[in-house]
Amino acid sequence: MTQVLNEPIYVAQLHELSVGIGKKVTIDCLELALFRQENDDVLAVENRCPHKGGVLSDGIVSGEYVFCPMHDWKIDLRKGEAVAPDVGCVKTYNVSIVDEAVYIVVKE
Amino acid sequence: MLKQKIILIGNGMAGIRTLEEIIKKDPHKFEITVFGEEPHPNYNRILLSSVLQGDASIESIVLNSYEWYAEHQIELFTGDPVVKVDTSVQTVTSQNGISRSYDHLIFATGSNPFMLPLPGADKEGVIAFRNIQDCETMIDTAKHYKKAAVIGGGLLGLEAARGLLNLNMEVEVIHIADYLMERQLDDQAGKMLKEELEKQGMTFRLNAHTERLTGKKRVDGVRFKDGSQLDADLVVMAVGIKPNVSLAKDSGLEVNRAIVVNDYMQTSVENVYAVGECAEHAGVVYGLVAPLYEQGKALAEHVCADQPLSKPGYQGSIVYTQLKVSGVDVFSAGRFQDGEHTKSIRVHDEFEGIFKKVVVENNKVIGAVLFGDTSDSPRLLTMMRNEQDISKMSKVAILPSENESDERESVVVAMADSETICGCNGVTKGDIVKAINDQGLTTVDQVKACTNASRSCGGCKPLVAELLTHATGEEASNQKEPICGCTDLSHEEVTAEIKDKGLNYVREVMNVLGWSTENGCSKCRPALNYYLGLNQPIEYKDDSTSKFVNERLHANIQNDGTFSVVPRMYGGVTNPDQLRKIADVADKYNVPLLKVTGGQRIDLLGIAKEDLPKVWTDLGMRSGYAYGKSIRTVKTCVGESFCRFGTQDSIGLGVRIEKKYEGLSTPHKVKMAVSACPRNCAESGIKDVGIVGVEGAWEIYVGGNGGVDLRGGDLFAKVATDQEVIDFISSFLQFYREDARYLERTSHWVERVGLDHIKKVLADDETRTQLIERVELALTGQQDPWNEVLESKDKQATLYEKKEVEVIN
Repeated sequence: MTQVLNEPIYVAQLHELSVGIGKKVTIDCLELALFRQENDDVLAVENRCPHKGGVLSDGIVSGEYVFCPMHDWKIDLRKGEAVAPDVGCVKTYNVSIVDEAVYIVVKE
Repeated sequence: MLKQKIILIGNGMAGIRTLEEIIKKDPHKFEITVFGEEPHPNYNRILLSSVLQGDASIESIVLNSYEWYAEHQIELFTGDPVVKVDTSVQTVTSQNGISRSYDHLIFATGSNPFMLPLPGADKEGVIAFRNIQDCETMIDTAKHYKKAAVIGGGLLGLEAARGLLNLNMEVEVIHIADYLMERQLDDQAGKMLKEELEKQGMTFRLNAHTERLTGKKRVDGVRFKDGSQLDADLVVMAVGIKPNVSLAKDSGLEVNRAIVVNDYMQTSVENVYAVGECAEHAGVVYGLVAPLYEQGKALAEHVCADQPLSKPGYQGSIVYTQLKVSGVDVFSAGRFQDGEHTKSIRVHDEFEGIFKKVVVENNKVIGAVLFGDTSDSPRLLTMMRNEQDISKMSKVAILPSENESDERESVVVAMADSETICGCNGVTKGDIVKAINDQGLTTVDQVKACTNASRSCGGCKPLVAELLTHATGEEASNQKEPICGCTDLSHEEVTAEIKDKGLNYVREVMNVLGWSTENGCSKCRPALNYYLGLNQPIEYKDDSTSKFVNERLHANIQNDGTFSVVPRMYGGVTNPDQLRKIADVADKYNVPLLKVTGGQRIDLLGIAKEDLPKVWTDLGMRSGYAYGKSIRTVKTCVGESFCRFGTQDSIGLGVRIEKKYEGLSTPHKVKMAVSACPRNCAESGIKDVGIVGVEGAWEIYVGGNGGVDLRGGDLFAKVATDQEVIDFISSFLQFYREDARYLERTSHWVERVGLDHIKKVLADDETRTQLIERVELALTGQQDPWNEVLESKDKQATLYEKKEVEVIN
């Protein structure tokens, strides 16, 4: 997998993602959560809450935020940061969309 | 710069409190060493009587654990008393030969129990009541012996006697005066106390002068001066304490009755201080907790100050005391005996067993005795401390508990914010209310941890609890509680608006009602989704993006991100076919754990999300609804079909109820149960709706909860037929669905609106009929959610599929 680092990886077609419902994507051993926005942007983060590893793709989505289904932490999907008073952050990933095809860049 | 060194002799309450005050002021200023004689960390000696009475464990009365010492880098030597102090070179040496030098030396050596020098006092079975070891001895003795005698009818003696009663010993209290607690009570209250304790099983011998203790090796009795005798296998001496001053004397400190100190707790020797029961301030030696703490504070201020203090220092304490014997409330403070220039207010109600006396001199309260109802004690103490002029006050203002009108305000409400609630730790009402509000505290223990209130003698616990109820209860009833941070509107306002304006979508509600966030949050969205469905049960299209994962996916998320699946088994009844299917599925999907739930169903745990639809297909059973805010299970006992005692067909009724209300959404989860007899094997008493069969009838209980706030259900009605049970459940559930706030359990709802209110609403025939009609409407068109998913490829793809991306190297 190291060879494809920094190169966009195709992960899904846009229509496979649904506004308001996260999608779990695994790339080898890496687990991501994709969130389609109303303007058809897609935000991608590491799929584990910084608190106790809750699966973020299963949380309630509110625009650019997701509420962890385990203990209701609120995570900012653009910055990857937990919203105060909680602290911690998840990795975020760059997404590019070409003709409805969604690509992710996984940087080391 | 080198840190200054503090050595504390004595690991008890006064000394450690002084250290706490010092650390609070300046956590890094000193290097601290503590020597203690007892082999324990600092514990709450006042609560020893609670340990003896079985109300507390030894662990629970530890005030500062070993971790606390470590955390503050305090060097601690337990079971190793200091034996030598050299004040000329400022060093101390312990029994084990440990030597340390000091810049400041604090004596907090406390006191020893005073043992009457009676012949026979050295026999086995003669003890004091002063430390953990004494407590343990009494507990051990009670296992082998029956008769105990307590010498001393004061505070400590009575608390020890009560403890021995609890240990099933026969107890006789021997007292030298003609009434009990003569140093704290006047004769009237003392006599009432005796009567009360006699009711509890204590026996007394007043005006009794002990001559000797009899027995060979072990004590076997007490002989009195008048020649009479008493058999006793255990003798507890609780006649008083004497300050422990031998080391101070040997070290050259000025000692009178105790170590003489000034207002800054300084002894006659430079850099040496004394606090607590071993100290004598202005001719007074205190043996109670509040003064010790006030002294500790004064000393901490003094040693932490860089400049000599201009503050006045310690000015003596108002002494007050409270008896810790369950069922007996006694309080006394200050100078309570009538004198030449005093007048007093007295209340004496022999029927209620209440006695109150407030002693006044020069228009100021100088002392009080309360027996039977001590709720006015904090107020009286504050008046004494502030030397408040009471010449213009009515009796009711001085003793608010005497206000006989029905709408009597709680004593805490009348208190000013500056009034002290916890005298031991100097915590005011204002401090507590602030902590409750700022930090959202909901239990006495939280208040204790945050403010120190009721951490010592615990006498103010009822007041703290009252304050808590008041602070939080008032908020609930008077202050509007918005649904969440996205809006100022309450649940009730939102549901009213949804009806009035005919709103149909979650997003529409948020737009029309001016939500501050565009997309809402995890609190308001599920609530709005519920309210919309409630308003239009047929037309509304459920918004799955506004649902918590368990309800969205119809399976319970577990801490590792896998899910658990509970198939439906009506009434908890199953058969070999179902069990075989479950077993096969468990094998096929390598289910790591199978478990029977609290609601009598089988839970398959550890299933991957993407496998859920396959698991359901293979099971071929309906969803057990163990996931949602909805009707869950109806637990049943075996009942008349097999049970010797069962009076009714509990399984039959349970199955019927579960089938009828299957899938109905509710503000929170709803659990039900049917038991066929009052033995209650299905635990109907702690269910949202619990049915108990008795001969020829069903009893219906509501508002029970076995969850976080354990609550027994309230008996609502007794009906004769199954159909009446169903009709009741329909109307009750629909009223709950419409009236409760989202995420409010029936237990909280019943308490908030009151059982009588619910009874009144459901008593009206027309209302009841309409409620039943509305629940029937909501129940039409209920579908099994697992089946719905299996029929929709779209749902399966959106909700359950995960994307796996292969990376080609």
